[in-house]
Amino acid sequence: MGHTLFRKVWDAHTVRVLPTGQTQIFIGLHLVHEVTTPQAFDMMRARGWPVAFPDRTFATVDHIVPTRERTRPFLDLQAEDMITALERNCRDFGIPLFDLSSDSQGIVHIIGPELGLTQPGMTIACGDSHTSTHGAFGAVAFGIGTSQVRDVLASQCLALDPLKVRRLDVGGRLARGVYAKDVILTIIQRLGVKGGVGYAYEYGGSTLEAMSMDERMTICNMSIEGGARVGYVNPDETTYAYLEGRRYAPAGDAFERARAWWGRMASDADAAYDDVVRIDAAAIEPTVTWGINPGQSVGIGEPIPSADRALPNERASVAEALAFMDLPAGRPIRGTRIDVAFIGSCTNARLSDLREAARVVRGRHVAPHVRALVVPGSQNVRAAAESEGLHEIFRDAGFEWRGAGCSMCLAMNPDRLEGREICASSSNRNFKGRQGSPVGRTLLMSPAMVAAAAVEGAVVDVRELLAEETVAAR
Amino acid sequence: MSGPSRVSLVEGTGLPLRGDDIDTDRIIPARYLRAISFEGMECHLFEDDRAQDGSHPFSNPAYRGAALLVVNRNFGCGSSREHAPQAIQRWGIGAVVGESFSEIFLGNSAAIGMPCVALDHEAVAELQAAIEKVPSTAVRVDVAAATVAAGPRRWPARIPPALQEAFVTGAWDATGLLLERFDDVRAVAGRLPYVSGFRD
Repeated sequence: MGHTLFRKVWDAHTVRVLPTGQTQIFIGLHLVHEVTTPQAFDMMRARGWPVAFPDRTFATVDHIVPTRERTRPFLDLQAEDMITALERNCRDFGIPLFDLSSDSQGIVHIIGPELGLTQPGMTIACGDSHTSTHGAFGAVAFGIGTSQVRDVLASQCLALDPLKVRRLDVGGRLARGVYAKDVILTIIQRLGVKGGVGYAYEYGGSTLEAMSMDERMTICNMSIEGGARVGYVNPDETTYAYLEGRRYAPAGDAFERARAWWGRMASDADAAYDDVVRIDAAAIEPTVTWGINPGQSVGIGEPIPSADRALPNERASVAEALAFMDLPAGRPIRGTRIDVAFIGSCTNARLSDLREAARVVRGRHVAPHVRALVVPGSQNVRAAAESEGLHEIFRDAGFEWRGAGCSMCLAMNPDRLEGREICASSSNRNFKGRQGSPVGRTLLMSPAMVAAAAVEGAVVDVRELLAEETVAAR
Repeated sequence: MSGPSRVSLVEGTGLPLRGDDIDTDRIIPARYLRAISFEGMECHLFEDDRAQDGSHPFSNPAYRGAALLVVNRNFGCGSSREHAPQAIQRWGIGAVVGESFSEIFLGNSAAIGMPCVALDHEAVAELQAAIEKVPSTAVRVDVAAATVAAGPRRWPARIPPALQEAFVTGAWDATGLLLERFDDVRAVAGRLPYVSGFRD
């Protein structure tokens, strides 16, 4: 019987079994940002410890950075304090930092892959739950808390329990106007927000095989929203082609050796899984959340569910969500009026996301009552988009075009909802208060669907706008 | 935090907090992560939920001084922010009893010496109801025995065995253990081809 990638990576990184029974796992890449690390560095100082592997540790700033006015010092003094602390910590402990002046600055989960730091077969940790994104490359990547950040800084290791592995076999061709975001929202809706607890999700099948790295990253990114701390795709030619030539990727003969090793780390054809789930991707519609967790979604053609039709143990959650969202049960989600459109986040702010959104808004204009912004995931994405003229398409359509950062995904910077505003968002969480207003509301959807909602001023099926585009082209 | 200490028994009164899928954005809204220390985090615990619900258990004087938080399914889902268990612990909670927990929350809680122990749905329902009826009910989480008791009732609890061992022996602060055999860490790094950039 063969092994899964998860098992091979786990075994290759095992230092020893600790007296408690947990396993000591070596962490191949540690990514650091300003929000979850200052206390960890303070603990390091208090104990007089150096960083064990500073050359396997990389930092950037993303969560609190303003995306409009990026000059220092920031007007926001708390943000300035946090950036200053990270700069000092990186300097004192010898850690490379991609700061605001760097062309490579951006959301940590976007720049790791861009720089070629993220590679197959690695273990990757970062003080952020969306670290699962890096699993798109066949890495075992997961979020950790601040005390664990300290553990990794001090020892380059973590004390962990192994996970079970669930294979998600996704087959079929996506319909036009249906994207990776719709696939992962559908998976979370089917398996639930706690369905993945205790599991690593291995995504595969013909749908995943046909996906670009950007799309695979969107899928793996939201694993944690389904309860799975780890999500990954086995590395293949698409992975290797993406990595070749990147700044930190091996080059020349080393690349060939790397490729051979990466291939060996992929799951064996006869690998045993703890569970297998099959998903028909061809049947997936553009998907939108109506509730307060990412599992509460419907296809664009479906009605918002009602509490009395929900499973008995879901009834209270559905009722709570409907009360908070103030959306009418039984009515279609389509037509829900929005106030804000946000295209950004580690889920969906890569170049291909911006291209798809731009395709929808080209020649159209944002509805007069809608505030719309595009926040590229990295300065690299921003520059690439500008070289294609995407920024002009967005600006002409009435979108704001911003600098790179996490922005309104979690509203730690000045970008946030006000009052009861409803936001069509390409981000990953629709939790109560997530986008900065305690009573603000979030509808998660693909970037193309956000673009369509911005134009219409309400949730709409993006396929209708894409159809008009086809007619116009003829 | 000071050095590791054994956490084998947590007792006191309880605070029942009903609801599934309570995420860490609700436990501590992101705007309070804009700080370089955890100090004072407890002042903002469930701040937005409490503002919208005058009868929120964390605002109820009957539960003031509680040492045990009693929750339902998938508690602490979402963001990996350790600020969430930090705020709960700094408020005065020593252990969390629930139907289930997000993995990251459970790990973060363990790393600061706060056990999360799981009971069946019925047991949690009974425990929450008992505390709501008599807030002064003495609740006792015995980590070593893996049980939760309240008044005359006692239920078997689930704790991941390695964490149970870590709490009972005081090894929940893992850094010391992880640094114990650093030569072994170097050896593993030396065997991983990517660490040397796939040089021959």
